[in-house]
Amino acid sequence: MPDGSLPVLDVKGLKTVFRTRAGEIHAVNDVTFDLRPGELLGVVGESGSGKSVTMMSLLGLLPSPPAEVRHGTVTFEGDNLLAVTPEKLRDVRGGGIGFIFQDPMTSLNPVFTVGYQIMEPLRRHLGLTKPQARVRAKELLELVGIPDAERRLRDFPHQFSGGMRQRVMIAIALACDPKVLIADEPTTALDVTIQAQIIELVRELRQKLGMAIVWITHDLGVVAGIADRVMVMYGGQVVEQGPVREVFANPQHPYTRALLTTVPSIRGPRAAKLNVIEGQPPILLAAPASCSFAARCPHRFNRCEHQNPPRIPVGHGHDVACFWNPETGGPRDV
Amino acid sequence: MYDGKPRKEKGRPLQPLVEVRGLKMYFPITSGLFRRKVGDVKAVDGLTFDILEGETLGLVGESGCGKSTAGRAILRLYDPTEGEVVINGKDVAHAEGDALRRLRPAMQMVFQDPQASLNPRMTVADIIGEPLLEHTRLTSDERTARIYELMDAVGLNRVYANRYPHAFSGGQRQRIGIARALALNPRFIVCDEPIAALDVSIQAQVVNLLEELQDRLGLTYLFISHDLSMVRHIADRVAVMYLGRIVELADRDALFEDPLHPYTEALLSAIPEADPEEAKRRTRILLKGDVPSPANPPKGCNFCTRCPKVMDVCRSVKPDLFEVRPRHFVACHLYPPS
Repeated sequence: MPDGSLPVLDVKGLKTVFRTRAGEIHAVNDVTFDLRPGELLGVVGESGSGKSVTMMSLLGLLPSPPAEVRHGTVTFEGDNLLAVTPEKLRDVRGGGIGFIFQDPMTSLNPVFTVGYQIMEPLRRHLGLTKPQARVRAKELLELVGIPDAERRLRDFPHQFSGGMRQRVMIAIALACDPKVLIADEPTTALDVTIQAQIIELVRELRQKLGMAIVWITHDLGVVAGIADRVMVMYGGQVVEQGPVREVFANPQHPYTRALLTTVPSIRGPRAAKLNVIEGQPPILLAAPASCSFAARCPHRFNRCEHQNPPRIPVGHGHDVACFWNPETGGPRDV
Repeated sequence: MYDGKPRKEKGRPLQPLVEVRGLKMYFPITSGLFRRKVGDVKAVDGLTFDILEGETLGLVGESGCGKSTAGRAILRLYDPTEGEVVINGKDVAHAEGDALRRLRPAMQMVFQDPQASLNPRMTVADIIGEPLLEHTRLTSDERTARIYELMDAVGLNRVYANRYPHAFSGGQRQRIGIARALALNPRFIVCDEPIAALDVSIQAQVVNLLEELQDRLGLTYLFISHDLSMVRHIADRVAVMYLGRIVELADRDALFEDPLHPYTEALLSAIPEADPEEAKRRTRILLKGDVPSPANPPKGCNFCTRCPKVMDVCRSVKPDLFEVRPRHFVACHLYPPS
């Protein structure tokens, strides 16, 4: 992993709310992170933790209303993506930043051939002619391991299996040689053996093309296998962030620790009873004034219910938003 | 060939509660104006196994392998094409009308998606009480008492009895579905991916509840799931399905520590482990290609198109399930029956 170089994507203080009849939902609260060239950042969290909304906010992909990106800066190649013109943003989407969505069936257009859909960004962003785009589209399908690429360009999405459709999605996302690839749960809808194929493919493509990747998932196992760095989200905030080995070997936040023990393992000793995180994830009807995990936390102090913990550095590139110190079992000095 | 009968083992009462023999479930493919039948989707193609009283049998496999269809056919939510299903000594596969209806209370189901399997226009009390209304003659007071008892049993606050499903979270909705399944004191419950739609932190709550209820009420489960690590936690024995057939059936520890069928090996090696060090060390068995269509399964072994250890015989002869080690059954030509 290249270290010390300038981040290719730099997000600071991002805040997104949804206006609903029930009031404002504070889906993303003051999220700050960066992505270095060539790095793979795993973003982990449960549904509703704000991981997808964060990434969609970056590229203005959320419908507004009801969504509103209220604060923050997103720096990509010297521009603040939250302040640029819609035309410029359209150049970035699918150009400098590629996006892979969770469900390859609903994100491909069923009435256009796969070839057309791969050629679309090539013609729009790179200005290729139709024959040029067709040649490149065939190369892309070969790159993502679809056999008989020439003929498959003329097929429609329903003629592909789930795993093959996700390969097509990856081909579209990679069409314009993006610097950053954002993959939103790209393997969640797939079976484990197909998931293993896609993970292997991304690993290969990364070596070959060297783009930086944000990989959103709720599966800690996937993150452990491919990520350089991991960011854990809860209640629309980043609760822990650090190098993947460090976070898995030495988790600091009670939520991260609980997540790692609630999932049973396929190897090793078998627990008689599963560890449980009691209670429910928070409903984000207000900007958090206290720790959003406090209600479910076995280690909470009085302070946790009155103050939202800031992100506290705990090691090299590792930080945690928590007042509890797992080493001493007591509060942290902040 | 495996006849499904349990093998004797010391110290364990081996009473099969559910006996499945050669269960087949085909769905017709029709074509043309007159919906002429042109073929079959062989969703379940000859399953034979027992589920012992009080045990949990895990049924695992990838989507489309027929595991949910198997669960539904066993409970007679479908009419099986062929085969025997005996639950608690009663023939379920061929019972009709009133006779079938009288068998229903003993066998219940917990569905995958608690959003879709609860009627949004019924209150929690109505949902849990509906089986009581259908199958028992309790007075309204007795019924209310039973509903409260069930809500307590699954950890739902009685105060919420008159709320509608939309007011509950996914985990709580699944508790409602479990309470409904328990209403008639069933002996056998098919859990069809009961945790697949839930978040990881909620999954453990529901699994613990299912285990607790099993201990308390002596329930027998068929636990259908694609999540092998959860199956390893909850099941006593595990059956692995591929394209409508069981490829391996063994005690939990034997299956996870020493998988014999190449498909089971690949499946286990594909599971991502939440340990970066372990992930670096392990070599994955990557399967090529996709699962073939159950409408047109390969001649010979169903797995022969993707198997890394395929031999000539695999392409022509379908292997049957044989006991190759004590209590360990495999359908693969690599393991000739002894």
